[in-house]
Amino acid sequence: MLNLVALILLFPLIGSAMNGLFGRRLRKESIGYIACGAIGLSFFISVLVFIGLLLLPPEERIFEKHLFSWIQSGSFNAAVGFQVDPLSSLMILIVTGVGFLIHIYSMGYMHDDKGYHRYFSYLNLFTFSMLLLVLSNNFLLMFVGWEAVGLCSYLLIGFWFEKKSASDAAKKAFVVNRVGDFGFALGIMLIFLTFHSIDFTEVFNAASHGEFAIGNITITLITLLLFMGAAGKSAQIPLYTWLPDAMEGPTPVSALIHAATMVTAGVYMIARCNVLYMLSPFTMTVVASIGATTALFAASIGLMQNDIKRVLAYSTISQLGYMFLACGVGAFTAGIFHLMTHAFFKALLFLGSGSVIHALSGEQDMRKMGGLKNHIPITYKTFLIGTVAIAGIPPFAGFFSKDEILLEAFVRGNVIYWSIGAFAAFLTAFYMFRLLFMTFHGESRVDPHVKEHLHESPRNMTIPLIILAGLSIIGGFWGLPGASALNHFLSPVFGGHGHNEMHGVEAGAHHGIGLPSLMMVVSTLIAIGGIWLAYQMYVKKQELPKKLAERFALPYRILYNKYYVDEIYDAIFVNPVKKISVQLWKKVDAMMIDGSVNGVARFVTGTSNIFRFLQTGYVRNYAFYIVVGCIFILILTTWLNK
Amino acid sequence: MPNTSIMTFNILSILPVLILAGFGMMVLVVDVLSSRKMGEKNFLAYLSLIGVVIAAFLSKNFTGTTLFSFYGAYTIDNYSLFFQFVFLLCAGLTILISKNYVQRENINYGEYYTLILFSTIGMILMASGADLLNIFIGLEIMSISIYILVGMKRTRLTSNEASLKYFLLGAFSTGFLLYGIALVYGATGTISLRQIAVFIAGKGGVLDPLLLAGMGLIIVGIGFKIASAPFHAWVPDVYEGAPTAITAFMAVGPKAAGFAAFLRIFFIAFGQVHQDWEKIIWILAVLTMTTGNIIALIQTNIKRMLAYSSIAHAGYLLIALVAANNMSVSAILFYLLAYLFMNIGAFAIVIVISQKEDSFLKISDFSGLAYKHPRLAIAMTLFLLSMAGIPPTAGFVGKFYIFSSAIKSGYVLLAIIGVINSVIAVFYYLRVTVAMYMRGPEREFQPLTLSPFIFVAIIISIIGTIQLGIFPAKVLEIAQRSILLLR
Repeated sequence: MLNLVALILLFPLIGSAMNGLFGRRLRKESIGYIACGAIGLSFFISVLVFIGLLLLPPEERIFEKHLFSWIQSGSFNAAVGFQVDPLSSLMILIVTGVGFLIHIYSMGYMHDDKGYHRYFSYLNLFTFSMLLLVLSNNFLLMFVGWEAVGLCSYLLIGFWFEKKSASDAAKKAFVVNRVGDFGFALGIMLIFLTFHSIDFTEVFNAASHGEFAIGNITITLITLLLFMGAAGKSAQIPLYTWLPDAMEGPTPVSALIHAATMVTAGVYMIARCNVLYMLSPFTMTVVASIGATTALFAASIGLMQNDIKRVLAYSTISQLGYMFLACGVGAFTAGIFHLMTHAFFKALLFLGSGSVIHALSGEQDMRKMGGLKNHIPITYKTFLIGTVAIAGIPPFAGFFSKDEILLEAFVRGNVIYWSIGAFAAFLTAFYMFRLLFMTFHGESRVDPHVKEHLHESPRNMTIPLIILAGLSIIGGFWGLPGASALNHFLSPVFGGHGHNEMHGVEAGAHHGIGLPSLMMVVSTLIAIGGIWLAYQMYVKKQELPKKLAERFALPYRILYNKYYVDEIYDAIFVNPVKKISVQLWKKVDAMMIDGSVNGVARFVTGTSNIFRFLQTGYVRNYAFYIVVGCIFILILTTWLNK
Repeated sequence: MPNTSIMTFNILSILPVLILAGFGMMVLVVDVLSSRKMGEKNFLAYLSLIGVVIAAFLSKNFTGTTLFSFYGAYTIDNYSLFFQFVFLLCAGLTILISKNYVQRENINYGEYYTLILFSTIGMILMASGADLLNIFIGLEIMSISIYILVGMKRTRLTSNEASLKYFLLGAFSTGFLLYGIALVYGATGTISLRQIAVFIAGKGGVLDPLLLAGMGLIIVGIGFKIASAPFHAWVPDVYEGAPTAITAFMAVGPKAAGFAAFLRIFFIAFGQVHQDWEKIIWILAVLTMTTGNIIALIQTNIKRMLAYSSIAHAGYLLIALVAANNMSVSAILFYLLAYLFMNIGAFAIVIVISQKEDSFLKISDFSGLAYKHPRLAIAMTLFLLSMAGIPPTAGFVGKFYIFSSAIKSGYVLLAIIGVINSVIAVFYYLRVTVAMYMRGPEREFQPLTLSPFIFVAIIISIIGTIQLGIFPAKVLEIAQRSILLLR
């Protein structure tokens, strides 16, 4: 069954090509069926592959499918091949499974859009690229997938390109990601220089066989460069600013690309390279610190946002920070576990917000919502489940994964990581319930005109919500502490480290048996505390937020304006570049290029005049050149031969 | 691999050539006998296409064999078979893009197809020639056919002018080539490439002035055919004036044949005196690439732009010739095949876009094509990106191997100049893309009349361009097997 792996990629590619080339002539139903069918088939094969992998004994669970060598030159071999192991098999299940639900949802959400076929063509192409990224067995192919998802993200953020904000956001995402990708590309080059290979198996084998001491400077540089790529793609400080703006794209896109799959590619990449990262304690500290900082920083911005999708965007950044925190302390399993549960509940929340926006005819401002729970009950109930899951209330999915990360941060890291993580968890519970209360509870602040059209979404939108809600409830049990199936499953990939069965013993020895249980209680209390506060402020005493805002005007303004990071970046990077560009335009363009369309152009016209002079059209001149060339060659031959 | 190098007069070895000749004459006769109107003689194209396909199958049967027939004048080895395949594919695709074009332009004469087949024969002889005279005869068969083909549009002055120019200059440069051959014969007493190599080895690898001059003159003669600077001046005028389908044909076929002969002569006969010619070719390569790319920048006519681009491509190919290692031969073979697909593909699109009497050939006539005919625009973009060398297209892999072969032999500076040139080239290729996608239409586009023939040609070109870009290994392996017996 493992041999089928190439088919997983093939179906979305075919689907994309069909809709891209012939979509204009197809009926909407056919377009939707082609796109969803492609992903559905892909999901089916992914399940088969997954089962095939499970049937193998755990130590043999790595399967490489070499398709062909793309380019071979000396020791450089750019192969196209796939690697199925526990990590990638889990990823393909998430990508195709969640992707399938989002495709179905899109059929309803995008139904009246005139770019229907274009949308599905892009979405299928994205799925293909993402699968390429997670299935590749070498760095170069992974990079191809990495760039391709970036391209699809660009196309889909700017899907409504007539809107200036959308095309600006697409550009911003593209440019910010280039910064990270630059680092990633340099990292790959350095890997090739160091290991003379870009194949995962070869590189990781060489790295794990003790050729490199812990703290090796080259490895540290490689891992830092790779992390730069990860930080760009996964929206970590300082490269996170593109993700909130990416919400300009259609909401299902935000769910699929900017919550569930693409933005987690950075986490996946670091988990994939865990062997390298374990060799560099310094990089691990950087990863953990940036992860923890981002978790807290983004959560604090999320407190004050009024756009429903932007709250979710900052929440995504914050949750990605948790995953990096987990990877940074060496708890890769916990990171991947949170990646999985996050895919479920964040996709659910985004799709839910899409359903709200759909019901409100495009309104995204939470100040103009409220009291929706009776109007759109299914959306409300599923959204509630998602909110509870992200807030970290047992036994919902988010609780177990986040709790595990906090535990690992405490055991393997230090109290600072834990307290930052715990405080961010408190903020998460608060802003998510703020969102829930502002949207669904209280009095309706909906525009009366819009209110007339209030309606629950069609079935093809609500059914994905219900399924994702189910997954958000039960998704955590796979990684239950103590009886963790996920740990055993992923242990071949993460080897001795990242294996958090160990910590149970360690923790038992150092901190007493009760630590995991104690942590659970603490986490739960923190979450409940956040919810209580949100309830107090947004349901019981609704005047309180305003008062607080007046009382703490400065912190409020800073948070409301997202720490002015965009403005700072504008001041430090964008504007100087613009100014330089303007200067370049005035000085270089006007003087050199204009002076060069007068200067170079004078030169070009000059040269082209020479060429025009040469290109006379007269045979006698052409024959003359041949003679000149011939004399030149003859002189050269004798001269060289001396 | 069976190595049957028996010196015989083996008529079967030129069976593909005989088939092409037979079908060529058959087309002529059938054309005369038919009473249909010129525009309705579809069978001319069918017949010649059948000839090409049969010839291709016959030549495929020789795969793996090595034999010398006609007492060592004609060689069959994987190298020449690879070229035979390129030529036959080139002829086949040209016939496909010609069928409706010649009917539209009122030049559906029998001799049009006959001459395509005949010039293909010339190319095959060039690639298979094991002595200088055979190569020369092949070159003349090819050239004379093409002189006529260029002037096939009798009623149009530019076509006549192009034909005459090409003929005069071609005759002129042939003089150089023949003189060079004569000098080489005078110095060595043989025209056989292998014997020349033996002679040079006997002299300890030192060339006397006579032989040196002969070598220089051969460079001039073949340099003219492959459109190397400074022997390129005819290219834009002739490419512009020739019927577009013929431009596509002559941008690929003669260039490939020229390189086939170039490689054989310089790797076999002059292989040991690499140091005597590598600097000359080095300079020619740089000159050719740079001239082609720089002048292409300011062209406004798409055919002229593609003409200069074809000069630049000859420059890239010369890089691999300078490197002169095993990798460079396979790189050239691979690049020529890639160039075949992308070039004929691009010209096919030009044919579809242009109207009767070859109008609408300005780059600005492509403005807004993406809105009116999005799939044509995508195909054109693919071909242009491939010519610019953007992955994952055939052109990228081809350039990659060309530059790698240069670096492998230590010509780093040459490779760098090549890369800089490719960057320059991106500008004028993308200019067409920008016009197609980012400008509004400047003219009314006619509804498409995409005949199945040209459609098939475009599809084959697309598949070739993508396949060589994504799965290059198989073709490259064949190309690598095609070099073993060269040296």
